[in-house]
Amino acid sequence: MQTKDYVLAVEGLTVSFDGFKAVNDLSFYVDEEEIRVIIGPNGAGKTTVLDLICGKTKATDGSIKFRGQELTKKSEHKIVHAGVGRKFQNPSIYEDLTVLENLEISYPKGRTVFGALAFKRDDVIVEKIHEIAETIFLTDLLNEKAGLLSHGQKQWLEIGMLLIQDPDLLMLDEPVAGMSVAERKQTAKLINNITKGRSVIVIEHDMQFVEDIAHRVTVMHQGKVLSEGSMERVKNDPKVVEVYLGH
Amino acid sequence: MKKVLSNFMPKNDFVMYAILLTILVVVLPLALDIFRLNLVGKYLTYAFVAVGLVLCWGYGGILSLGQGIFFGLGGYCMAMFLKLEASSPENTAIQSTPGIPDFMDWNQLTALPWFWEPFNSLWFTIIAVIVVPTIFAYIIGVAMFKRRVGGVYFAIITQAIAAILTILIIGQQGYTGGVNGITDLRTLLGWDIRTDSAKYILYFVNVILLFVVLFIAQFIKTGKLGRLLVAMRDKEERVRFSGYDVANLKIFVFCVASAFSAIGGAMFTLQVGFMSPTFVGIVPSIEMVIFCAVGGRLSLLGAVYGTLLVSWTKTSFSETFPELWLFAMGALFIGVVLAFPNGIAGLYEKLKLNERLTRLLAEIRSLRPMAITSYNKTDNTNSKTQATGSSKKSSTDNKDNLSIDDPNLNNAPS
Repeated sequence: MQTKDYVLAVEGLTVSFDGFKAVNDLSFYVDEEEIRVIIGPNGAGKTTVLDLICGKTKATDGSIKFRGQELTKKSEHKIVHAGVGRKFQNPSIYEDLTVLENLEISYPKGRTVFGALAFKRDDVIVEKIHEIAETIFLTDLLNEKAGLLSHGQKQWLEIGMLLIQDPDLLMLDEPVAGMSVAERKQTAKLINNITKGRSVIVIEHDMQFVEDIAHRVTVMHQGKVLSEGSMERVKNDPKVVEVYLGH
Repeated sequence: MKKVLSNFMPKNDFVMYAILLTILVVVLPLALDIFRLNLVGKYLTYAFVAVGLVLCWGYGGILSLGQGIFFGLGGYCMAMFLKLEASSPENTAIQSTPGIPDFMDWNQLTALPWFWEPFNSLWFTIIAVIVVPTIFAYIIGVAMFKRRVGGVYFAIITQAIAAILTILIIGQQGYTGGVNGITDLRTLLGWDIRTDSAKYILYFVNVILLFVVLFIAQFIKTGKLGRLLVAMRDKEERVRFSGYDVANLKIFVFCVASAFSAIGGAMFTLQVGFMSPTFVGIVPSIEMVIFCAVGGRLSLLGAVYGTLLVSWTKTSFSETFPELWLFAMGALFIGVVLAFPNGIAGLYEKLKLNERLTRLLAEIRSLRPMAITSYNKTDNTNSKTQATGSSKKSSTDNKDNLSIDDPNLNNAPS
């Protein structure tokens, strides 16, 4: 109805795997420039929600509207073209290519076969790559094979690969998993920096990190929304304490 | 312009291409008699397939065990043209229906089948040699990759198609010449292809075409598409969620590999003088993968050397111990996969022959200005730093040297 006011409007979303409803009649809305964090116990369906939004999994029922466009029927690459970027849980980068080449492939140009054949690395692209590399703290490692990066640097690189696509909606699945405390702080700063002009959905378990970045928090449990609101409110919600935060 | 060129082919690669060209155009024709040179020509037609496999399998991670399909289709297209020319009414006057190929007459056909008609034209044939196999590859590609069939399943299906095509060719004897294939090919537009001079010319044409194919492959490999293929082999999902239609990339590279194979097939027919189902089926298709693996599945030139080496060994070995060859081939493949996953090219990298060669070349180059301007010290040191600079660059520049513990290798057929 009023979905246009939201960047993302998920309504009645359901997916069932052989009768098991991993996501069950889920609805939530993400505002412009909002950082939304989804938390919840293991198996709550958090990653599945991201899979559904980016088209990796097809919904059984319900709708996902992104700036008024229905995403549930689109193929993955079309969803990317519409402006949705997604980071996977395990750092998903091209280990045999250099950091620069990793970023270059993610640059939104020459995305068809013949476009790629005609693609030239011009100054605009190189400049953009350097700009992004600086944001993700990898300027000195541009010509290094990505496989040689540390775990944290790989996570940053993947975030950088999304940034260079300049998506309107950025989805990050556990961006600080496996990072050191210092790296977590740096990543929180990074995420706060990069959200200017875009909306972000983050899945995370680290409560300190969630408090650092979240505008609003959605708590999921058994495929449904258990609670939603500011971190303060959610933390004090007895239902949330019972299923998630309590132990 | 110069920059574009050096992006396309680093200096080091250029030297390697020049070495191969010299071997093929100067050394071998001078060293071998025409019988042996013709054999080399035959081996080189397999190299087209191996080069295609480097792109498709080495870079794209798509293992096709059915490249014989496309080699065969290209070869058959060429053979059909040559056979029609050899079956002029004068040549076939003793048949009950003169003017059609002999095997059709033996199978009681009384008219040329409709799909043979266009092969009276050389231009149609040349186009068909490339287009027919490419369309076939496109159909297979769309059917498989759009449904996300990949990896081992794709390999098995291509193998099954190779088997089916062989059975089809053998079964339709009246239309295809059956198990004997299309034999007794004589002339190309009146030019006798069986003479020694024709064999020399065809050999050189073959080498030129091989280099054209190598340059196309080099262009694809060094451009963004080449990097995309590597990325796709590594993390297909990431490429898909970076906004690429992965299926299209796979279809393209599979079609390119098929077109290369088909050109090889057509040159095979011209140089060997016949085409038969033995070159379509499972065994030749797997042999071609072995050529590529032995040469190094990430190196275009390695694939050519691998093909020459394995084929040469096969010929010499099977002349002496025919029954042992298959075992030797199997052992070779297992040995390569276990010991040198990147084949000859990988071994070459490991021994750093590459850097030694560049250093040697750089030294030669730096010697020259030294001789001329030996009194000018600044100039001298300048050229020296340049030389060491270029040798350093080559070691980091080498894209062929990819990670050895590539997961795809463990999937290789053994």
